[in-house]
Amino acid sequence: MTMRRLINLKRVEARRIYLTYAVVIAAYVICQVMSSTGFLSSSMRGMLVPICAYMVMAVSLNLVVGILGELSLGHAGFMSVGAFSGVAAAFLMQGVIPFAPVRLALAMAVAAVFAAVAGFLIGIPVLRLKGDYLAIVTLAFGEIIKSILNNFYLGVDSQGLHFSMLTDTTRLLKGGKLIIRGPMGISGIQKIATFPAGFILLMIALMIVFNLVNSRSGRAFMAIRDDRIAAESIGLDITKYKMMAFVMSAALAGSAGALFAMNYSTIVANKFDFNTSILILVFVVLGGQGNMLGSIIAAAVLTILPEKLREFSEYRMLLYAVILIVMMLATNNAEIKNFLAGLNPFRRKEEAE
Amino acid sequence: MKEKTKYIPIPSRSILPERDAARDPVLECVNLGITLGGIKAVEDFNFTIGRTEIAGLIGPNGAGKTTVFNLLTKVYQPTTGTILLNGRDTHGMNTMQVNKAGIARTFQNIRLFRNLSVIDNVKTAMNNEMHYNMLSAILRLPNYRREEVAAHRRALKLLSIFDMQNMADVPAGSLPYGAQRRLEIVRALATNPSLLLLDEPAAGMNPSETADLMDSIRKVHEMFQIAIVLIEHDMSLVMNICEGICVLNFGHIIAKGTPDEIQSNPAVIEAYLGRKKEA
Repeated sequence: MTMRRLINLKRVEARRIYLTYAVVIAAYVICQVMSSTGFLSSSMRGMLVPICAYMVMAVSLNLVVGILGELSLGHAGFMSVGAFSGVAAAFLMQGVIPFAPVRLALAMAVAAVFAAVAGFLIGIPVLRLKGDYLAIVTLAFGEIIKSILNNFYLGVDSQGLHFSMLTDTTRLLKGGKLIIRGPMGISGIQKIATFPAGFILLMIALMIVFNLVNSRSGRAFMAIRDDRIAAESIGLDITKYKMMAFVMSAALAGSAGALFAMNYSTIVANKFDFNTSILILVFVVLGGQGNMLGSIIAAAVLTILPEKLREFSEYRMLLYAVILIVMMLATNNAEIKNFLAGLNPFRRKEEAE
Repeated sequence: MKEKTKYIPIPSRSILPERDAARDPVLECVNLGITLGGIKAVEDFNFTIGRTEIAGLIGPNGAGKTTVFNLLTKVYQPTTGTILLNGRDTHGMNTMQVNKAGIARTFQNIRLFRNLSVIDNVKTAMNNEMHYNMLSAILRLPNYRREEVAAHRRALKLLSIFDMQNMADVPAGSLPYGAQRRLEIVRALATNPSLLLLDEPAAGMNPSETADLMDSIRKVHEMFQIAIVLIEHDMSLVMNICEGICVLNFGHIIAKGTPDEIQSNPAVIEAYLGRKKEA
């Protein structure tokens, strides 16, 4: 048969997965070595955990945008659900589990569960919609989560947990403590998030997403993305699989939120606003939809860049925007792509299409 | 593989006076009809097909052939009439449920999962026979491996019917046109249907490709012993392969019969070529 040399997807996929793991591990080792030998400035060291959290956010949003093919504009909402529930859980466990890494891990697990529940509840109305409508409604839900957390009070005393909305009516007994204080958020957080924990969370997120993509569920997600009508015609339950991807993505975002929050002493709901959602979406779009490694790199670059541009003071955001546009153009330009593909022996076959 | 009902070696031509298929029909449509935008796209569609029959659905452009397929697969909900699949009323079912009940189809304008590999397209269609859950997939538990290996083997076997096993890892979107059409059939077969609907399988194919396709359809029919309905404009294909033919024009059945009867039917000739002495 006269056929042009076709790419072998299986080989390309496997290579891409191993490359992603390898790059992440290498980056981790380099950062660890650099920070222990003092090559890393203190401001950079402080950014390691947020970068990890944003990377996990990018991977989790890429599951919805790149793999499932639905645009979600409210991803920061799940991050904040995770941040608040995770920090509250860590606070409550403080007396029970003295060992910080275990407490952090459990807090992230609790955060994942809470965010997953939020994802499920929001998914019920949202996933009935398609395309632009879905995007708009997720945006609205992101804002709703922010408003709720801005008006949420949670306290603990000897009689257990108390919560109230709008105003603080928890009426805690003496010795009790108000954990979440509405618009004031949570303060006095123990900074137990560490770079190794962030690295492990990222590896787990990658493992979950890659293993899921290479399973019947992942195939179903991508089938729905590629052709919804055909997916229905072969008996796929569209709603079920959309929900599955959405909930999994929300859970990952939740644990990333917990990691993120426990790197600061104070966290407020306004931190996780529409801008944050868009920032995460930019990671995904810039890194490539469905391309986990790309979105991880984009997350790192776009988190470091604004800091590095500080020396340009008032031109900072202008330069940031210009760099963003140039990067977008470059990654979408066939000639530049081919040039880069030619440089990279691993990518050559993949781009040959 | 699912055990199919035994082949009944009678020359079935249920499209004729519903006599053979009446013994063992896989599909019965009674007064099926739909109104789309005020137009009766299909009306009084009565059609029965036997368990191992190959039937053709032909008619001029816009006659409502694809609409019939869309009704059978519940892409549209019929406004009137009943569809019985294996004796079961499909009323209230959606596309997914109809597929689970036994109807698989291909599309006139190819609808493959273009970014998935060829074998993944087939394996996606086997989703409903795999049972491992998300946790098994994430942790790569033994039942994940077992079911994936089994699905992989079966998918390769299905692909080999059309000699496509060597293209298994190629993205479906980059296949040549004819191969894409064949892959759609394989994907439909992977869902274990009792009725296969082929919407213009030979469209855009050259005569030799069409001949290959014809052999493949016969092979599928012999191997799986399922009922096949095909919409086709290529008359050589239809006349050669179909046991019964049903002709549709303006949403109505204008003729049913064997290929020979259809070829000499004045109503059919009129529908295709127009009336004599009209100019």
